[in-house]
Amino acid sequence: MDTIVKVEGLRKTYGATVAVEDVSFEVKEGEIFGMVGPNGAGKTTTIECLEGLRKPDAGTVRVLGIDPQREGKSLRERTGMQLQSSNLPDRMKVWEALDLYASFYPKAANWNELLAQLGLEEKRNAPFSKLSGGQKQRLFIALALLPDPTLVFLDELTTGLDPQARHAIWDLVREVRLKGKTVVLTTHFMEEAEKLCDRVAILDHGKIVALDTPAALIRGLGAEERVVFSVEGVLPAGFEKALSGESRVEIRGGQVTVHGKNGRKVPLVSEVVSLLGGQGIQFRDLRTEQPSLEDVFLSLTGREMRE
Amino acid sequence: MKSLLKMTWMEAKLFLREPVGAFFTLVFPLMMLFLFGSIYGNEPQQMFGGRGTVDISVPAYTAMIVATTGLMGLTITMSAYRENGVLRRLRTTPVSPLVVLAAQVIVLFLMTTLGMVLLVIAGKLVYHLRFEGNILSVFMGFTLSSLSFFGLGFILASLVPTARTAQIVGMVLLYPMLFLSGAGFPRELLPEAIKKISTFLPLTYVVNLLRGLWIGEAWSQYTTEVIVLAAMLVLGILVSVKLFRWE
Repeated sequence: MDTIVKVEGLRKTYGATVAVEDVSFEVKEGEIFGMVGPNGAGKTTTIECLEGLRKPDAGTVRVLGIDPQREGKSLRERTGMQLQSSNLPDRMKVWEALDLYASFYPKAANWNELLAQLGLEEKRNAPFSKLSGGQKQRLFIALALLPDPTLVFLDELTTGLDPQARHAIWDLVREVRLKGKTVVLTTHFMEEAEKLCDRVAILDHGKIVALDTPAALIRGLGAEERVVFSVEGVLPAGFEKALSGESRVEIRGGQVTVHGKNGRKVPLVSEVVSLLGGQGIQFRDLRTEQPSLEDVFLSLTGREMRE
Repeated sequence: MKSLLKMTWMEAKLFLREPVGAFFTLVFPLMMLFLFGSIYGNEPQQMFGGRGTVDISVPAYTAMIVATTGLMGLTITMSAYRENGVLRRLRTTPVSPLVVLAAQVIVLFLMTTLGMVLLVIAGKLVYHLRFEGNILSVFMGFTLSSLSFFGLGFILASLVPTARTAQIVGMVLLYPMLFLSGAGFPRELLPEAIKKISTFLPLTYVVNLLRGLWIGEAWSQYTTEVIVLAAMLVLGILVSVKLFRWE
């Protein structure tokens, strides 16, 4: 697979503040690559250096083999960009924005199809200022897809959206990738990175503290997994003794939580279910709890990601 | 080229959808014309060299449109585009900043011209406006005046941080100038001391040039005006290209 983005030793400072320090990574063709981290971690600065909107102080950046600082125009013809904070004139209508922006590209995609694809058909004649947050973001995605780009940058795509709109946007991003496009995005929602991205770089204080697939990051954490269920009456004492390894049982009211190390030979849930069956214990509402990227972040930086 | 045409058409639509800007460029000058026309009529007067109030007001109100569009319309639009991130979004596309600036200039020039044409039509129909100049000559003087004031507007737009500031600075510059330069009402009515102050106002040169060309006087009588306005235009282009910021 081709390398679409290559960053080496990227550094960017604003006055005395170091926004990005020695960041290096590569993005392969066709993947959804995410940068996550709390506000101020350096995600937006990094993505804006890739887009050519900011000039790095040090390091090399190649996007589609191009130096964004030297051949910005040719890069902008081949990439789509959605920015964290930008707008259209209040009274510009949805179709007018697409029609105008399409005229900027030598080979623009058919904007009528994009309008339908992004579910904006009904809002065709609505002025920009009358759109909801989700509709604005969908319009911005449509604008980013206008150049029929190889690579799409999405900066804080779902910030400020309600959960329903957020899930709809995730589906759209997956569709974009299905068309063979590469996506580089930033988010401060760990859940978004976990569900959407093929690979994730976790940024903190301007540095990459971890970079891998979400599953590998979670596995690497070596965290425990949990099986939770409810029992009628009292859990027989023999249950805990029969569990293998370093498993631990916690009982709170009628709810039982079994903690077990990750990466066991027999999955914890199979063992628990067969024991319950074997000992004839009545149980219900059994579920497993996996550690999330949120836990990974917490263990790497020692603080909560949630604001 | 295609993007310049689309952008210009889009900006023209946006201009007409924005009631305040369109009002001051297209409607307000007509209201002034009808207000003072109904008070003074257009009978020949000695003070105006045998011309009527409307005859000398139409070129003066044209100067008013030029100043309002340049100092308010252009400045507020550009600084609002920068403040709201409209320019930021354009920056993600291959479009050149020159296309963005050119579209603004073309639209505002067309709207200013339309404002002048409306004044002339209303003057002709209602007050039998007299015109002794050469149409091409007046149009050239008008073009020079408009572009030099747009230059001033671009300089202002690149200096102010927000659209709100642009509005305040624009008003502070515009209103005294309208009263003192002879654009709002005939300078013949102003006392001598104020006429001296008006020498320092760029708009005075627009009023002088347009009123002179309107009654068929030669360009050679207005060398100072042409030099001042041309210098403003060159300065405007240099400074706004140098100071242009997407965000």
